[in-house]
Amino acid sequence: MIEGILIGLNTALSIKNIIMVMIGCFAGTIIGMLPGLGPMTAIALMIPITYGFEPSTGLILMAGVYYGAVFGGSTSSILINAPGIPGTVATSFDGYPMAQQGKAGKALAIAAYSSFAGGTIAAIFLLFAAPSLSKVSLAFRSPDYFGLMILGLTAVSAFSAKGHFLKAMMMVVLGLMLASVGQDTLSDIPRFVFNNMNLADGISFVLVVMATFAMSEALSIIFKGSDPTQAAKQISLSKLGSIRLDKEETKKMVTTIPRSSIIGFIVGVLPGAGSTIASFLAYGMERNFVKDEEKQKFGKGSVNGLSAPETANNAACSGSFVPLLTLGIPGSGTTAVMLGALLGFGIQPGPRLYQTNPEIFWSVIMSMYIGMVILLILNLPLIPYIARILAVPRAFLIPLILFFSVTGIYLMSFNNFDIYLMIGIAVVATILRLYEFPMPPLILAFVLGGLMEENLRRSLLISDGSWAFLWDRPLTLCIMITILFIVFWQIYNSYFKKK
Amino acid sequence: MQISPIKIISLLFFVFSGFYLYHAYQIRVFAFDENAPFNAKTFPILLGYAGIFFSGLYIALPEKRPSNVNLSVLDYKRTITLVILMIIYGVTILKAGYFLSTSIFLVLSYLTLGEKRWFWVFALSFPFVAIFMFLLHGLLDIYLRDPLLKYLGIIG
Repeated sequence: MIEGILIGLNTALSIKNIIMVMIGCFAGTIIGMLPGLGPMTAIALMIPITYGFEPSTGLILMAGVYYGAVFGGSTSSILINAPGIPGTVATSFDGYPMAQQGKAGKALAIAAYSSFAGGTIAAIFLLFAAPSLSKVSLAFRSPDYFGLMILGLTAVSAFSAKGHFLKAMMMVVLGLMLASVGQDTLSDIPRFVFNNMNLADGISFVLVVMATFAMSEALSIIFKGSDPTQAAKQISLSKLGSIRLDKEETKKMVTTIPRSSIIGFIVGVLPGAGSTIASFLAYGMERNFVKDEEKQKFGKGSVNGLSAPETANNAACSGSFVPLLTLGIPGSGTTAVMLGALLGFGIQPGPRLYQTNPEIFWSVIMSMYIGMVILLILNLPLIPYIARILAVPRAFLIPLILFFSVTGIYLMSFNNFDIYLMIGIAVVATILRLYEFPMPPLILAFVLGGLMEENLRRSLLISDGSWAFLWDRPLTLCIMITILFIVFWQIYNSYFKKK
Repeated sequence: MQISPIKIISLLFFVFSGFYLYHAYQIRVFAFDENAPFNAKTFPILLGYAGIFFSGLYIALPEKRPSNVNLSVLDYKRTITLVILMIIYGVTILKAGYFLSTSIFLVLSYLTLGEKRWFWVFALSFPFVAIFMFLLHGLLDIYLRDPLLKYLGIIG
């Protein structure tokens, strides 16, 4: 493991990669600050650029964007009470009241230190958990993988769209249907191509991500007539206050950070749960742990109340890399986008990545840590100025997002058809978004589609066409029972539970 | 009686799944694969049924969270104009070249969204695209196809 860490450090600490992390953190912070444009959009916009780099450099850039976007989301939660991503909603509970009391600088500092500490502790967990789980997951067979993928999709549908489970499941099926377009990987038989050669290779992952996130988010903003940059215009540099923390505030953070890191990491590892649930759980747990006097301050600018969700959401981000790197199965929409990018580089994450591409495995882990250091050193003092950049008018912001999206596809294929297809998917996604059909399950399903079919194929061929493989092995059986429980519980909860 | 828009979307998805399922059954597999436990159409057929099942379930079950979208406040004009501009951008990008079509797309989009400061409209279009192209093509060595600039001898 020491050798791997050194390889990772060597790769992550090259000048080129450090510059990439810095660019990633900076770009991610700006995009993540804009309400509605979260880490998935930020990473999606970066993918076409990363294809010009080596895989490790590209992944390091994306990891920087991811952490930057999470940090940016916290910043907009604190400064303008408009969380950039769901994972930072809990941050606004105490962060925004602090900002209103003239302690915005302090709130930003608490968020930055907590994120850094949470991310650091989780990175250490990841350092030990990932290789161990890699070894364990070598014992997994095709039916287990098939079950795990269905579990991931079901869990993301259940958690990412609370109360909209059936809508999320429709999006899962739609994502899998889109993934099935093109030649069958084993037999090369064309499927759903309709004699159009442009569809023979299937639909590009970047195209679907750009259309369903970047482009449809931009169109949704115009369609609804909202202006995400309006609130940022009201930010005054003079009102931010000092970023220095006193002894008592530091003491409060020191007690909060370890427990919130643990809960954040564990929740992050679970498929579908992610940073949103981690931050809410940590916030609720912290409220139970603190003294009655501090409990009264929750919701009114409590240091513990701000530190807990911030620590947990960053720890969850690191945790979500565990299933991606060790099983090759992303547990969230954002890591699904990362998986798509990895597959684009020709790298298949999974238990063997640890052995076959140790430099990638370790450099991603190391770059996460470096990214956090950079966020702390560079972004914290620059936040007031970055926040000013956000006052860019909507009339410039939206066309630029659309331009980056079209350019991304143009660079990949130099084909008009792909641009039309992307516009078509984006229009449909905009309408679906309007009626709260969630997009992360669609992306996750699209990314997992090929792998799911492959594992189902293997399982059915081994069992000679019998579906008994779903309950033959105890592990597969446990996974299937969990899936059934989630499905029935969600349907019961949404339709039959008396309020 | 007012039909919920989400039920209409679910109904459309139900029909789409039926269409998908029909085409899944039409996939031609090799003769020796026809009776295999798994062939090229097995997975799509399962997906077709899954789509019918989930959309059918949504249509059949009572709606507990009806949509509260107010259709009258949506900005159709600007959204449709932007979509049309993107389609025109897609048509022209290969013929007129990346630089010209992108710059014009940006100018028209800014104007569509109500921007009137001509200096910024210009600065964030032609010079911005030129700098962006230089970054991609010149520094990052990412191939950028532009027949017009190639014809003019500006890029190789």
